[in-house]
Amino acid sequence: MREIPEDLFEIRGKRLGSRLFLGTGKYGDDALIPDVCAASGAEVITVALRRVDPDAHTGNVMDHIPRTMRLLPNTSGARTANEAVRIARLARAMGCGDWIKIEVIADNNYLLPDGYATVRATETLAAEGFVVLPYVNADLYVARDLVSAGAAAVMPLGAPIGTNRGLQTREMIRILIEEIDLPIIVDAGLGLPSHACEAMEMGADAVLVNTAIATANDPVTMARAFGEAVRAGRLGFLAGPGAQRMRADASSPLTGFLGGDGA
Amino acid sequence: MHVIINGKPEDISLGTTIQKLIEAKKLDPSRVVAELNRKIVPGDQFQETKLQEDDRLELLQFVGGG
Amino acid sequence: MSFAEVMNAYAGLDIAKAIQGCQRQDVIRALNKDRLRPEDLLALLSPAAGNMLEDLARRAAQVTLRQFGRAVQLFTPLYVSDFCVNRCLYCGFNAAQAGPRRQLSLDEVRAEAEALAATDLKQVLLLTGDARHKATLEYLEGCLGVLRGYFPSLILEIYALTTQEYVRLIAAGAEGLTIYQETYDQDRYARLHPSGPKRDYAFRLDAPERGCAAGMRWVNVSALYGLGDWRLDAFWTAMHARWLQDRYPGTEIGLSLPRMRPHAGGWQPDEPVSDRVLTQILLAQRLYLPRAGITLSTRESPTMRENLLPLGVTRLSAGVSTSVGGHGATKTGTPQFEVADNRSVAEIAAMLRGRGFQPVFKDWQPF
Repeated sequence: MREIPEDLFEIRGKRLGSRLFLGTGKYGDDALIPDVCAASGAEVITVALRRVDPDAHTGNVMDHIPRTMRLLPNTSGARTANEAVRIARLARAMGCGDWIKIEVIADNNYLLPDGYATVRATETLAAEGFVVLPYVNADLYVARDLVSAGAAAVMPLGAPIGTNRGLQTREMIRILIEEIDLPIIVDAGLGLPSHACEAMEMGADAVLVNTAIATANDPVTMARAFGEAVRAGRLGFLAGPGAQRMRADASSPLTGFLGGDGA
Repeated sequence: MHVIINGKPEDISLGTTIQKLIEAKKLDPSRVVAELNRKIVPGDQFQETKLQEDDRLELLQFVGGG
Repeated sequence: MSFAEVMNAYAGLDIAKAIQGCQRQDVIRALNKDRLRPEDLLALLSPAAGNMLEDLARRAAQVTLRQFGRAVQLFTPLYVSDFCVNRCLYCGFNAAQAGPRRQLSLDEVRAEAEALAATDLKQVLLLTGDARHKATLEYLEGCLGVLRGYFPSLILEIYALTTQEYVRLIAAGAEGLTIYQETYDQDRYARLHPSGPKRDYAFRLDAPERGCAAGMRWVNVSALYGLGDWRLDAFWTAMHARWLQDRYPGTEIGLSLPRMRPHAGGWQPDEPVSDRVLTQILLAQRLYLPRAGITLSTRESPTMRENLLPLGVTRLSAGVSTSVGGHGATKTGTPQFEVADNRSVAEIAAMLRGRGFQPVFKDWQPF
């Protein structure tokens, strides 16, 4: 079989072997996480930052994240740019690298991100040396502002968080892929492996999947399914769209005026 | 001595360090980040940082999230 | 940054050879894409695509209809001065040409404007030769001041200016800019422009970008096909337009399809651009730049213009004279090029309606 050429994927110079990012929320049992990581092939995983609750005795999610995974802390819980910046600095103080997924959500009905606040937080944190991956609506102007603000990638949502509705923002994401010269990582809303595959086929650089895997009947098998869907979609994109057969149409040629055989 | 930890008032003995406080709560200090009066305290200063009257301390850790 | 850097990035690639090497399969792949990449553009300009023009035409017609509907913008050029210090070998205004030169007074500009305004036209292209000492910036501001009273949309087709100068003319009422690189081939450019300020290839290449930076709403680029290798010139024109679109999303970037016609200077192209070739250029550029308006001038015959219309043309000139003073009662100068479609504005509008298109006179009025 012919070798498939190496397909480089980098975030701020850090080379990644997988284009699937995982989350750690909503698992019935965090002990599934190591198997989920292994089955998916993912190398990046998100975590959130919360006040410790010594009375809960729920165990620590860090006990379950393989050491080889790169941590991508998020700023969930932040309602303003300042809160996101505060959470990001605390997360970095944890000593697990300077990647940060900025998430600023002030609307609890739809959990949609606040683009303007996200841009401001990105500006501040990028200047402090963070590798900033902002979670935003699939909006061209916001994405352009994020480029100027120093983001390392743009993470547009496919559908509202946790809805599993797939690529509802397809056309807007397509525009970001075309226009934005940063990795585009589709985050949120991807409910099925086919959704992730579609995003990758369109040319997205990566996808982040949490709920769909964590809440599947069999999270480990679902993780593997997403891993393979992401690889298949990427290969489909790299291979270029198939040559559909051109339809023959004898009626009134558009180039008949040129004389000779136009077709 | 009266302090506020994660928003809750607590009485602790004079001279308690952040390190001792975390250990008393049966937490792993290497997995906790502390913010004392809105300033981050690096982990290597937990041993030497003593709480003062009316301090506000936040102790945070990573949890599951997407 | 300058578009020259993009061109330099391709310096190691033999583009002419790459175009020749494109196969039918490459063309089909390009035709199946929504957003074409530079290699797709090469395929569409290749000899392989030349044998598949009907396929290109069907796709281009769809794309055009989806993007522009059936609206066609009408405009006319207004030549106000044919003084020129350049010696462009192919141009009727060449400084070496004998014969009288003219520059309209502002009163004469007003007379021309009144005659043009009576035809319902709302968009006028203000044209001069390249003679800064004659058609000065102050003179152009004066012309724009007069024309602004008659036309909501004024476009410059004049010698290349600095950004600050474009800013001045925008303040005086200019809305858009048309400036052709003539040929993107630097050696050929040097041979065709032996003297005069236009000899400065780089300054001209960056003029569209300066127009965008100055705040033009509309900037039109092109090569003059026939001066150089048409495949390369069509490629670089489209690349230039895409680069400007990406960098200046607030400016509408358009294209034109001028090809060398016989003119008073007697220079003839050594690579004549056939109807077939012009059609291929239009189709390739339309498919590569679905959003770009494309202008077809009266250098082309009524038959060509009407046949190319559904394939991607969105802008036509009408009621054209390419001579200074050609619209008023005063005697006229030497034409810049020969007009092949002499129809009046009313006749062109009627033709469009008859073919199911809507003539658009006014698209936008600056505040």
